[in-house]
Amino acid sequence: MNQAAPLRQPIRAARPLPVDLRPFLLPLAVVGLAEVMALLFVPADSFSLAAPHQIAVEFARMLVDGTFLVRTLETLGAAMAGLALGGLLGLAAGVMLGLSEAADKVTSMTVEVLRPMPPTALIPLSLLVFGFGLTMEIAIVAFTTIWPVLVLGRAAVRETEPRLMEVAKVLRMSFFRRLTRIVIPGAIPRIFVAFRLAAAIALIVSVTVEIVANPRGLGYGMMLSSQALRPATAFAFLVWIAIVGWGFNRVLILVERHLFGGLQGDAR
Amino acid sequence: MRAIWFFASLAFTACLIGLWQLASATGLASPIFLPAPTRVLDALVAGFSSGAMPAKLGATTARVFVGWALASLLGVALGALIGVSQRARIYIAPSLEFLRPLPVSALVPIFIGLLGYSEQMVLAVIAFGAFWPCLLSTIHGFSAVEPRLYEVSKVLGLSRWSMIRKIALPSALPDIIAGMRVGLTVSLILVVVGEILGSREGIGYDILLAQRAFKSPDLFAGIILLGLVGYASAIAIDWLESRLVRWR
Repeated sequence: MNQAAPLRQPIRAARPLPVDLRPFLLPLAVVGLAEVMALLFVPADSFSLAAPHQIAVEFARMLVDGTFLVRTLETLGAAMAGLALGGLLGLAAGVMLGLSEAADKVTSMTVEVLRPMPPTALIPLSLLVFGFGLTMEIAIVAFTTIWPVLVLGRAAVRETEPRLMEVAKVLRMSFFRRLTRIVIPGAIPRIFVAFRLAAAIALIVSVTVEIVANPRGLGYGMMLSSQALRPATAFAFLVWIAIVGWGFNRVLILVERHLFGGLQGDAR
Repeated sequence: MRAIWFFASLAFTACLIGLWQLASATGLASPIFLPAPTRVLDALVAGFSSGAMPAKLGATTARVFVGWALASLLGVALGALIGVSQRARIYIAPSLEFLRPLPVSALVPIFIGLLGYSEQMVLAVIAFGAFWPCLLSTIHGFSAVEPRLYEVSKVLGLSRWSMIRKIALPSALPDIIAGMRVGLTVSLILVVVGEILGSREGIGYDILLAQRAFKSPDLFAGIILLGLVGYASAIAIDWLESRLVRWR
């Protein structure tokens, strides 16, 4: 016997199915309840609510006719461009502040004042400067993603093994060489985590910008159908936005696992 | 030594503002987009002396606080119920995880459809947005409680309620506060969305009007006030954390 008896009995000892179906019960129950409630209380031509089957029909239509595809690419494109810009700025600043304690202390007040700024407050400003379109969305996403990457990148650089830095000193490596050979490679797994978190934020911010102001992407599609008093379409967009957000995060987590596996959070 | 660094970082911030002033004075930055700091200060002073700005600031801050407080209470209560029960976690947690990355601002059109352009709509959006981080981190906090503590409480014959209050809650407190901190950030983001889309009087709606009228000093004044609210709330939650988790 190499199997020790479990200390705590699981809720259901035997699992007859390879897939655990229990997590699906709640969503199914919610959809079922919504369908019944909609049939009983919501008129078919309601301006604010729709029955799940109406939403499903709209969902399928937009999935097939390419509406979702076009709008998703617009949103993801803006989110990724903003992340690239903001992430690189944040990374550069984070590495610098992580390496130099003096620089970190001198800029601390500026960083602490700018960091809690709600990104939505910048929507009118970005609109004033850039007008409607891709640029204003990228600018806001970039501003938002600077901070998480800066903070986590700074922490990652600080974790650099001090002995490696001593070795670098002995070897008389230049600052640039030290950066590219020791500091950055050591910090890469944690920098990736920073970018993954920032990517999730970037997606949320771009949808928000589209909802509030910018006439493009998923957020605008949702806003438009809601203002056209087509709740089934609006809800279908909402479901799709949820799926995109979830799928996007899943992909990033899988990439992270694939690249760094068990190394996560390990300094080695 | 700390004082020196404080003044150094103050001086750095002042230098940046000085550069900004210089850029506007030399005409390097267009006054339409980037008004001089002195003009922004004038707009702030004018807004405060006329009494319009404090009222709007009060309305916005009240919305953030009420929505966030409501969400935190509900989030902790529900999170505790789900978190202490392994059975509930198996059934409910995956659905919550699925909804976690959903941008709450996407729900604003639906909330408007249900509640109209009303104060309740803005509050509901804020509360809903701040609810998720609080709920999820509370569940995490409760499920990460040392299992032996649960066993001890069983041996001691504690009721479920006193077990939550005396053992699980203190142990989950750091997670709960972390969730409340995220919730506060989300509230601040959503109050602007709610005010703009719902046309409710407040700083968020004010900056939209300033943008439409090309009054950039007013726009910057509003942005600075929102930034200050964010900064103040970050400090407040730091203080709360240091008070509540002092025993750690």
